[in-house]
Amino acid sequence: MEYLIGIQGPDFVLVAADNVAASSIIQMKHDYDKMFKLSEKILLLCVGEAGDTVQFAEYIQKNVQLYKMRNGYELSPAAAANFTRKNLADYLRSRTPYHVNLLLAGYDETDGPGLYYMDYLAAVAKAPFAAHGYGAYLTLSILDRYYKPDLTRDEAVELLKKCIEELNKRFIMNLPSFTVRLIDKDGVHDLEKLPIGAK
Amino acid sequence: MALQEVCGFNKFSYLYSEWNISASASVYLEDTFFSFHNRKNTDFGGFFTGSNGSPLELYVPVAEYLKESPLQFGQASPNVTPQPTAKPEYCSLPSLPFPAGIPLSASSSIPLPFQLSHGTTTLAFQFQGGVIAAADTRSSCSGLVACPSSQKILPIHSHLVGTTSGTSADCFLWKRILARELRLYQLRHHRRLSTGGAAKLLSHMLHPFKGTELCVAATLCGWDQNLCGPRLFYVCSDGTRLQGELFSVGSGSPYAYSILDRDICWEMSVDEAVALAREAVYRATHRDAYSGNNVDLYHITAGGWKRREREELKEEYYREKEREREKVAERRRKMEKADGSKCVK
Repeated sequence: MEYLIGIQGPDFVLVAADNVAASSIIQMKHDYDKMFKLSEKILLLCVGEAGDTVQFAEYIQKNVQLYKMRNGYELSPAAAANFTRKNLADYLRSRTPYHVNLLLAGYDETDGPGLYYMDYLAAVAKAPFAAHGYGAYLTLSILDRYYKPDLTRDEAVELLKKCIEELNKRFIMNLPSFTVRLIDKDGVHDLEKLPIGAK
Repeated sequence: MALQEVCGFNKFSYLYSEWNISASASVYLEDTFFSFHNRKNTDFGGFFTGSNGSPLELYVPVAEYLKESPLQFGQASPNVTPQPTAKPEYCSLPSLPFPAGIPLSASSSIPLPFQLSHGTTTLAFQFQGGVIAAADTRSSCSGLVACPSSQKILPIHSHLVGTTSGTSADCFLWKRILARELRLYQLRHHRRLSTGGAAKLLSHMLHPFKGTELCVAATLCGWDQNLCGPRLFYVCSDGTRLQGELFSVGSGSPYAYSILDRDICWEMSVDEAVALAREAVYRATHRDAYSGNNVDLYHITAGGWKRREREELKEEYYREKEREREKVAERRRKMEKADGSKCVK
C-alpha cells in the first residue's frame, strides 16, 4: 500500500515517498511525511507496520544525532546504513522485531551519493535505484529500462514521473501525491510534490 | 532520557536512585551508542518500568507475568510459541469486517473469557472556533448492548479531551494514567504539556504492550496556549501517532467520514460545526450496528472544554421521518395545485 523510490545519479540522490497514512480501508492522513532527516545530508525513508516505522526511525535518527554531539562530526551514509542494519538484525532475533522496510539516501564528501536498500529481514544493498511496496513490482522494470548511471537531475525527475504515471494507471490503490526530495553536496532540497498540482 | 535532560530533570536523580538503576547500567561510556535495553522488560522486583526507569515513566505495580514477553501476556499456557508477525489487524479499526473474517482473538491459543467491546463511532475535527469532539454512547459486547449510555469522551484536563475507541476498560484506564502523568508534569515543570507531547507520552506508554490484546485508539483534542491553538492527535495502541485536522475512529467511522468530508471547512461557525458533528454521528449510528443510543459532544476552546447536553438519537430519527413525511406531503400538494391550475383554464 505504501511506496518508496530512490534514484541515484552521479552527484545526487532523488527520493520520493507517497503521502498516505492509512488504517485498514481508511486514509487517515493525506499529507504524511515518511522521510526522516538523519543529518544534513542523509534521509531515511521508512514504511512498514504502523507503530514500528516511527519508533524505529526516530530511534535511529536520535542515535545518529547523538553520535554527532558526542564526536563532533557526522556519520557517513554508509556508516549510518550499517548501523541501521545492525539494529534491525539485533531486534529481528529478539522477541520484538521491527517490521520496517527502509531506504537510506545520503551524500558523502569522499564517496559521493549513496542509496541503500534495507528490508525487515535486515538485508542491506547499495543500489543505483530501488523501490519498496507493491508499487515496486510495477516500477522496477521502468527503472531498469530507462536508468543510466550518468543521468541528470531533470532526467531523474522525468524517470520518477514515468514511474508515478504507471502507478496511477495500473496500481489498485489511489496514491494522490508524493513528497519528492533531492540530496546533493548542498544538503537536502524539497522539490515540488508530484503529480504536479497535488496538494 | 532525552525528555529528562531537556527539562533539567537530572538534578533530581538522587531522589529516585532505585528507578535509575537501569539507566546507569545501560549507559556504557565506552559504547558509542546508547543501548535501548529495556525492550526486554528487565526484572525490577515486580514493578514494570519502561526504558531507563525514570520517574516520568509509567510506574504500575503489576503481577509477575508482565515481566515476561508481552506476547505471552494473557496466554493460558505459557509454553505456546509466540507469533511475532501475527499482530491483530483489527486493533486500528475495530469490528470492521475487512479482511474477510479475522476473528477477534487473532491467535487461537488465547482463551478470552468474553468478547471484548470494540464497536463505536467517535470523531473530532478542528475549525476556526476550536475543536469539536463527538461520540456515540453504545458499549457493545459481541452483539449485545452492554451499556447504552457509556461515556466515550473523557476529559483529561481543563484543556484536553480524549475520545476512546477499542476496549472500553483499556481506554478508561489509560486515560486516567495519562491524566496523572500530565498532572505530574504540570506540577514539576510549572507548565502544561502540549497536546503533541501528551500524544507522544501516551504512544510511548502503550508501546510495550504492542502485540498483546490491549486495544486503545484515541483522539486527543486540546488547546495549546503557547502553540498555534487547537490541536488534534490520533494515537493508537499499535503505535500510530498522527496529527491532523479531522479524525474519526471506530466501526462507524467510514460512515462519519463520508458526511464530514463533504461539509467540513475551517470557516464554519460553532453552530454549524456542532450540527455537522451531530449529523455525522447520527448517520453512523443509523448504519452501524455497534454504534447508537445517544451522542455526546464536547467543544474545546481557549477557555477550556464545554460539554453539550447528551442527546438521544432515537428522537432525531423520528424527527427526520416526520420531516420527510412533511416534504412528501408538500410536494404532493404543489403538484396537485399545478394540475388543478392546468385543468382550470
